[in-house]
Amino acid sequence: MWQRVTAMIWKEFLSLLKDPKSRMAILAPPLVQVLVFSYAATYDLDQVPYAVFNEDRGRIARDLLARFRGSPTFRFTGIVTHDEAIDPLIDNERVLLVIHVPPDFSRDIDTGGSGRVQVLIDGRNSNTALIAANYVRAIVTDFNAGLGERLGRGGPPAELVTRSWYNPNLESRWFIVPGMVGLVTLVTTVLVTALSVSREREQGTFSHLQVTPVRPLEVILGKTVPAMLIGLVEATAVVLVAVVWFGVPLKGSLLPLYVGLMLFLFSSIGVGLMISSIATTMQQGLLGTFLFIVPAIILSGFSTPVENMPRVLQWITLANPFRHFLVILRGVFLRTGRLGEFTGQFWPMALVGLICMIAAGRLFRHRTSG
Amino acid sequence: MTARRDADGGGSRMRVAGLVRKECWQIVRDPSSIAIAFGMPALLLLLFGFGVSLDAENVPVALVVDEPTAQAGRFAGALDGSRYFDLRRPVTMPEAIAMMEDGTVEGIVHLRDDFSARTRRPGGAPVQVILNGTDANRARLLQGYLQGAWQLWVADELRSRGRAFRPPVAIETQVWFNPEVRSRNFLVPGLVAIIMTLIGALLTALVVAREWQRGTMEALLVTPVRVRELLLGKLLPYFALGLGGLGVSVAMAVWVFDVPLRGSLGILLVTSSVFLLAALGMGLLISTLTKDQFVAAQVALLATFLPAFILSGFVFDLASAPWAIRLISRAVAARYYVSILHTVFLAGDVPRVLMANTLALAVLAVIFLGLSRLLSRKRLE
Repeated sequence: MWQRVTAMIWKEFLSLLKDPKSRMAILAPPLVQVLVFSYAATYDLDQVPYAVFNEDRGRIARDLLARFRGSPTFRFTGIVTHDEAIDPLIDNERVLLVIHVPPDFSRDIDTGGSGRVQVLIDGRNSNTALIAANYVRAIVTDFNAGLGERLGRGGPPAELVTRSWYNPNLESRWFIVPGMVGLVTLVTTVLVTALSVSREREQGTFSHLQVTPVRPLEVILGKTVPAMLIGLVEATAVVLVAVVWFGVPLKGSLLPLYVGLMLFLFSSIGVGLMISSIATTMQQGLLGTFLFIVPAIILSGFSTPVENMPRVLQWITLANPFRHFLVILRGVFLRTGRLGEFTGQFWPMALVGLICMIAAGRLFRHRTSG
Repeated sequence: MTARRDADGGGSRMRVAGLVRKECWQIVRDPSSIAIAFGMPALLLLLFGFGVSLDAENVPVALVVDEPTAQAGRFAGALDGSRYFDLRRPVTMPEAIAMMEDGTVEGIVHLRDDFSARTRRPGGAPVQVILNGTDANRARLLQGYLQGAWQLWVADELRSRGRAFRPPVAIETQVWFNPEVRSRNFLVPGLVAIIMTLIGALLTALVVAREWQRGTMEALLVTPVRVRELLLGKLLPYFALGLGGLGVSVAMAVWVFDVPLRGSLGILLVTSSVFLLAALGMGLLISTLTKDQFVAAQVALLATFLPAFILSGFVFDLASAPWAIRLISRAVAARYYVSILHTVFLAGDVPRVLMANTLALAVLAVIFLGLSRLLSRKRLE
């Protein structure tokens, strides 16, 4: 049996890597993707374009606006001189926000009141709008603290002193890049396995296989091992890129990372083989692949938190191996996640993999005898 | 000359009509394309529309109060009253830290035993806030909400002492186009763009690659049918299917997810048509280039779905990406369509934004379709 299995594994390797086009599709994109996507996928704002509409001639307004000019988060684009000019600036996406200082700003402060500053933000991307509003608030709060003291007004009775654990500078890249390890391996392994059988069916080589004494278990092993090795190599490459190129800390140990990776590969390959065993044509296989990969990525917590989903959807995502692997990846990269912490992630992946593998084996046998 | 061209034009029209008819028959006989065009948008939009959200609500936060006083009670009340927090009350800091480490809470607010005393002294009391920064975006939103609750408390506290709270500068923030700052309003239109990208690529990439692989494409090309006519015959039926799928998506965005549609339907239809041409053109190009369904499938996934997801501005704002990445994103059709949809749905008919993006889509469509035609012709030689 082992001889047959090793022969199967070797054959699968060859069929994946012999064709230069398929080799390119497997090996080249992952690294390009990791680099391009890691730079693109950030929630941090940088150089937010803004315009100023200042109707006040006082010094305080000038000082406040200088704070914005000095901040690397914001990029000054110009001055607005009348109300009507604001609309087209925001509508046409020339600026993300306009800071409007009304004419009575200084007078209100001088008479002991609060000078109002209007901040108008383009809300088309509500997340960007919220983050920008928070940056504005941080600058104004800081400005107020200094000014309040100078004007002899009492400060607030308490202040928030905020620290962030695990990611002190709140860089969203630290959150996204570890996820790439799972994203890239998921796409490759499912693609490689989900279409392998339907491809052989269309080429007629699967019926050749059926007349040989090879058993379903051996077919599965023959297809799992090469995909697993490719996944391992790819994931390791991405981990290296994350640490060396992007400087994401790898605080935890590699043991939970690789145990998680093996189980993740096991489950995603299982899903791929199950799709493979159900699909009779390439078209069905491809459809199945898309219908699994797309939701598996979008509903994983990779870009938007699982916690924000409705309860029912959160339950459904428990069957998504990528969701669990993301918890492990982020835990190991950013916190010193220990092996024992992740049992809650390990067993669902193992279960999904096992169920899919068994289903795939049964379907192969069924089709073989039928 | 004129007469000849006319005759040729008529023949061409007839041949295209014949091809369209053939393709339609094929679609009807194998209804999987109809399922892709109508079933998939409905299913995926339903799933993702509910599943994708950036609104942090009921975030579990631990509040540790070392000395329960009236001031501390009011502070707790300010947090408790907010819909953004789900307040937990561990007694000691070590307990709170343990909750943070195992992920039960995402933030800790700590009022020390000298909190009440120091609120009366100049300088005020420091309130220690610790956030789980793993998800930086969520941590930042949480920080914003905590600041909001803190401001309410400050005003309240000073009022209770008979003083008005008058910070020198007060900000009034107005978020245009989405005053409630509902993330769904911008995520659902973005999802429509992603789903339509997928469908455009799937519909064409599969079908055309299959013809190349089975050799039926060559069979067609030895008939008097021209490459241009053949591509047109492939394109038109799938274009119609794609528009149908788009209609389903837009209807769901408006009626299921309550996204306002402030622009006009006519403009949405025109811009979407141009986008569909680009998306289908991309699919055609992939299948012509690869000629193998297996590779076409891989490329379709890598070159359409993932860029549409990450390089389009769907969740990640491209404005913050480095220039090199922004340059790459210029080749991603979904990027322009996401921008168009955000504007048409939320801001209305803004000519400049819509024209610039539609023009870019038209250029991409011409490039993709032109290249497919060129490559198909080359392949025959």
